[in-house]
Amino acid sequence: MSRLEFEGLNVWFGDGPDRVDAVKGATFEVPSGASFGLVGESGSGKSTILRALVGLARHWSGRMAVAEAPVTGFKRSKAFYKDVQMVFQDPYASLHPRQTVDAVLAETLKLHGIGDVENRIEQLLLDVGLGPKFRFRYPHQLSGGQRQRVAIARALAPEPSVILLDEPTSALDVSVQAEVLNLLVDLRKAHQLTYLMVSHDLAVVGHMCERIAVMQAGEIVEIMSVEDMREMKAAHPYTRQLLQASLGYVGEEMHGGA
Amino acid sequence: MSDISTTETVGWRAWLMTDAPGSRTQARLASLYNGWLSFRSNPMAMAGLVILLGLLFTAAFAPLLAPHDPFYQTLANRLQPPLSDGHLLGTDSLGRDILSRIIYGSRITLQIVFLVAVIAPVAGLLVGTIAGYTGGWLDVILMRITDIFLAFPRLVLALAFVAALGAGIGNAILAISLTAWPPYARIARAETLTIRNSDYISAIRLQGAGPLRIITKHIWPLCISSLIVRVTLDMAGVILAAAGLGFLGLGAQPPSPEWGAMISEGRKFILDHWWVATMPGLAIFTVSLAFNLLGDGLRDVLDPKSGEGS
Repeated sequence: MSRLEFEGLNVWFGDGPDRVDAVKGATFEVPSGASFGLVGESGSGKSTILRALVGLARHWSGRMAVAEAPVTGFKRSKAFYKDVQMVFQDPYASLHPRQTVDAVLAETLKLHGIGDVENRIEQLLLDVGLGPKFRFRYPHQLSGGQRQRVAIARALAPEPSVILLDEPTSALDVSVQAEVLNLLVDLRKAHQLTYLMVSHDLAVVGHMCERIAVMQAGEIVEIMSVEDMREMKAAHPYTRQLLQASLGYVGEEMHGGA
Repeated sequence: MSDISTTETVGWRAWLMTDAPGSRTQARLASLYNGWLSFRSNPMAMAGLVILLGLLFTAAFAPLLAPHDPFYQTLANRLQPPLSDGHLLGTDSLGRDILSRIIYGSRITLQIVFLVAVIAPVAGLLVGTIAGYTGGWLDVILMRITDIFLAFPRLVLALAFVAALGAGIGNAILAISLTAWPPYARIARAETLTIRNSDYISAIRLQGAGPLRIITKHIWPLCISSLIVRVTLDMAGVILAAAGLGFLGLGAQPPSPEWGAMISEGRKFILDHWWVATMPGLAIFTVSLAFNLLGDGLRDVLDPKSGEGS
């Protein structure tokens, strides 16, 4: 069963002569429990697909469905938000500067009508590898990696089945990136999550995902398995170019794997 | 003995300064304490705070502090110079003790400041955040109304309101509040526009929060600090506007010891008996200055942009 479906998705910003088509005719699906990567350079429309799904990008056409149920317009139901959550790119921007970790998680739980807040918060913090001592800290008392862990805890709070990851590690230090990526891999196993992940880093996608879609200028040029990507079996010239460009990374990854 | 008290103080401070607070209250107190520490390091702001605390004290204990009844007239004693017998700051044209009148007048000044500080920024905050967050036609309507209010010179508009509502201190406060809210609305809207598209607002929207919750719980806390700063900086202007209305005979009415009205009464004698107008003028000057100093200090403490970068 496919968890997420996108069919002929167009997303645009602005009207008339100012109109910018960010995504053009994107079609792909993510099976339940899978991890799907969207790769491409900056401005290729990867993140916009995620934002359209959750209702942050308002103008779109085509078909999007979550668990066979199509979504419409830009308003989403509470049930949708309980099922689909998102982790943002920049942990320095995605946490309210005046709210403690406790306040962020407590409000999220309250909005989803989940009781037993005290124990749930402690459990969530443990799940993302933060101890209870982080509970009453403000974002400015946390490092980038710790902030992203808090953002992940917030996304996990409603117990969703789908998490959208918008370059979750690109704003982090290289040493912290690996920790957060491993955490995401572990959480996916533990909670049977479906991931739709955006990244410009092929090494990250190679580590996290089973299938990837390569995007260029708003269009999906190729959908391939990660094995094919590792073996450089790209059909489209842009994908080959992208793989060549990141050869340093992917090459190392291959040697490490072999 | 002293050893015990020192360790206690250190323990108490360490409890506040910890980077891993153990409870909601501790986290809140710790963030307040940090604000206080950075405020305390600014001597000018502390001077402003001390003067304003003095004003509060004066207003609270006016009957005990004032040497005379502020309304008691003795024509035989009229226009006594400062430092004359029993009248530290002299007497006015009806023989009333100027010091006592200034002390009682601090109550009126505080009343004006408090009411304007409650009405205007709250109205501005409401209008500004709603306009900024919802956007579209509501934004256009609310902001054009704001522009209309902004287009009038403040005192002229207040004059028009008082003329329409009738003279008196209550109407003067209302008139000043009505003219004071538009700048707050503009600030709140500008802040909201920068906040509304940030990731943390998107994140709370993705938890299914409605506009009401987002505005009151997530946008207001970030707007309020800049509004508080602006309020303290504006308070000097508010006191002067109230004094101006009093001076023009549209604010506090005689024999009320409102500072502006006192200056107005003194202007007839300003050449021969300078102290009648000067003493309340000095009081206005001191309190206005104190508010300005306090505002400057608060800006350093509260401005989220200056604090969050590090």
